[in-house]
Amino acid sequence: MTEINTALTDNIGRRNRTNVRFRYLVIAGAVITVIPIFLIVGSLAIKGFRQINLAFFTQPAPDTFQAMMAASTGDIIPGGIANGLTGSLLMVFLASLFAIPPGLMTGIYIYENSSQKYARFIRSLAEILQGVPSIILGIIAYIWIVKNITKGYSALAGSVSLAIMMLPLIIRSTEETMRMIPVSIREAAFALGTPYYKMIYKILIPVSFSGLATGVLLALSRILGETAPLMLTALGSPAISFDITKPVSAVPLLIWDFYNDPNMVSLVWSASLFLMVFVLSMNLLARSVASKHKYI
Amino acid sequence: MSGDRVTKALLFISSLTILLLSAGIVISLLGGALPAFKEFGVRFITSSVWNPTEGSEEYGAMAFIAGTVITSILALIICIPMAFSTSLFIAEYYNGTRTSRILRSLVDLLAGIPSIVYGFWGFYALRPLLVATGLTDQGFGVFTASLVLAIMIVPYATSLSAEIISMVPAELKEAAYSLGATRREVIFSVVIPSARSGIIASFILALGRALGETMAVTMLIGNANVIPKGLFAPGNTMASVIANQFGEASGLKMSALIAIGLLLFLITALVNYLGKLIIKRFA
Repeated sequence: MTEINTALTDNIGRRNRTNVRFRYLVIAGAVITVIPIFLIVGSLAIKGFRQINLAFFTQPAPDTFQAMMAASTGDIIPGGIANGLTGSLLMVFLASLFAIPPGLMTGIYIYENSSQKYARFIRSLAEILQGVPSIILGIIAYIWIVKNITKGYSALAGSVSLAIMMLPLIIRSTEETMRMIPVSIREAAFALGTPYYKMIYKILIPVSFSGLATGVLLALSRILGETAPLMLTALGSPAISFDITKPVSAVPLLIWDFYNDPNMVSLVWSASLFLMVFVLSMNLLARSVASKHKYI
Repeated sequence: MSGDRVTKALLFISSLTILLLSAGIVISLLGGALPAFKEFGVRFITSSVWNPTEGSEEYGAMAFIAGTVITSILALIICIPMAFSTSLFIAEYYNGTRTSRILRSLVDLLAGIPSIVYGFWGFYALRPLLVATGLTDQGFGVFTASLVLAIMIVPYATSLSAEIISMVPAELKEAAYSLGATRREVIFSVVIPSARSGIIASFILALGRALGETMAVTMLIGNANVIPKGLFAPGNTMASVIANQFGEASGLKMSALIAIGLLLFLITALVNYLGKLIIKRFA
């Protein structure tokens, strides 16, 4: 408060001027912060739009020779990202299968036992795991799956690294959603003699369904754009493949491959545009589900 | 009542997943890193020599530790004014208005953009701009990587800071206004002091994000395995050396890369723990 007192003795005109100046400074800082999003979306949309056509979604990535030929005649590069798309969907599907059921149940466990030391410990572990850089999860999946189970790069290893990323996200969102449910609903159920397991399956989960869905969608949008762990696990593949013991591609892996090949530059813009739109619409979907979130 | 017991058992068993997973991660990293630490000892951390030539192999992590710390701290310094003014905009000046909601969703969008897209955009759109300024020849290096990293971590710092600034009790601010304070004076003598530890925690957590970021940094830092000599000099970070060299590594080199992963794991865990600790004390 001393600062205010000394400030009051100062000239009021000067104080008002610094006040206005600071306000402009804050507005300018906020505007500068959001400028990159317009720059990124704008440049990807302008430069990536040309390559987006039906073939982009139905054909696998071209080889560098095809791309070079097309680039030399000024045509659009043939082929697309179908191998990456199928690989991404395969690995995200498997990762969801591995991570969502234990994630939901662990979240419910922490919520139900939140007064116990063990549950609080599990929650801190989830927090720590959430902060682990994704590349380290790539190393882990490499040691566990690539070296010991599939004896080579594989879709399975990729999915495991993504699943480890997803698990803490699901646990935390589940617990936070559960905590928003009014206690009165639980108490009403118990007062009517509802057994514990029915309370969970018939009340807790249905009531919080949209919140749980938001958590899952946000986790999916996080792992869809992940590249680093997949470089150490799924590796990439030029063909469409659904064999989980063999290497597969993924959209972010294709972007990395295209980026390293000077002939493919215009395809990177398109693939990046597609990945960004895909991830952001998943993100927006999650938020719109969250905004409809209602508890009776 | 057997349904009850089965449900309780199922929930408990699933909670073991995360316990086993965490233990497994630590054990696997330790096991994988052991050969490198056995071979080089403390020198692995203090040395900045990275020589994969067969016969005279020598690996030290210092160049990458330095690269990681320098880029992350620089990114944080660039991020602070951006995140600070954005959170004041959202939670103080325009709190509760439509403008604030729009700005908040735009900042959230920044968090949704994949790392590799940032890297690619930085490479083709930002790098030529930096070259045009004449400060750098190629546009690769610590500064370029930090700039993109700063944009990437802004949303994390902003959302938490804004939340904490909006929690400052209105009575405190009104008391200052009633004494004739201007808005700027209220912000500096009431809002910031009472939200201080929360704001600091939000920046520490953003730093934790920056430390482990891989793809965007790999594409922009220049990948030179030396301690960066200046702001515009190339370097390498712990995460990006793993991303770049893990694929072709085997034997001792693989172990050295896993050891770098272990060190990165410890550093990020420590930074995140510190941030969470400050938040817990604040709450």
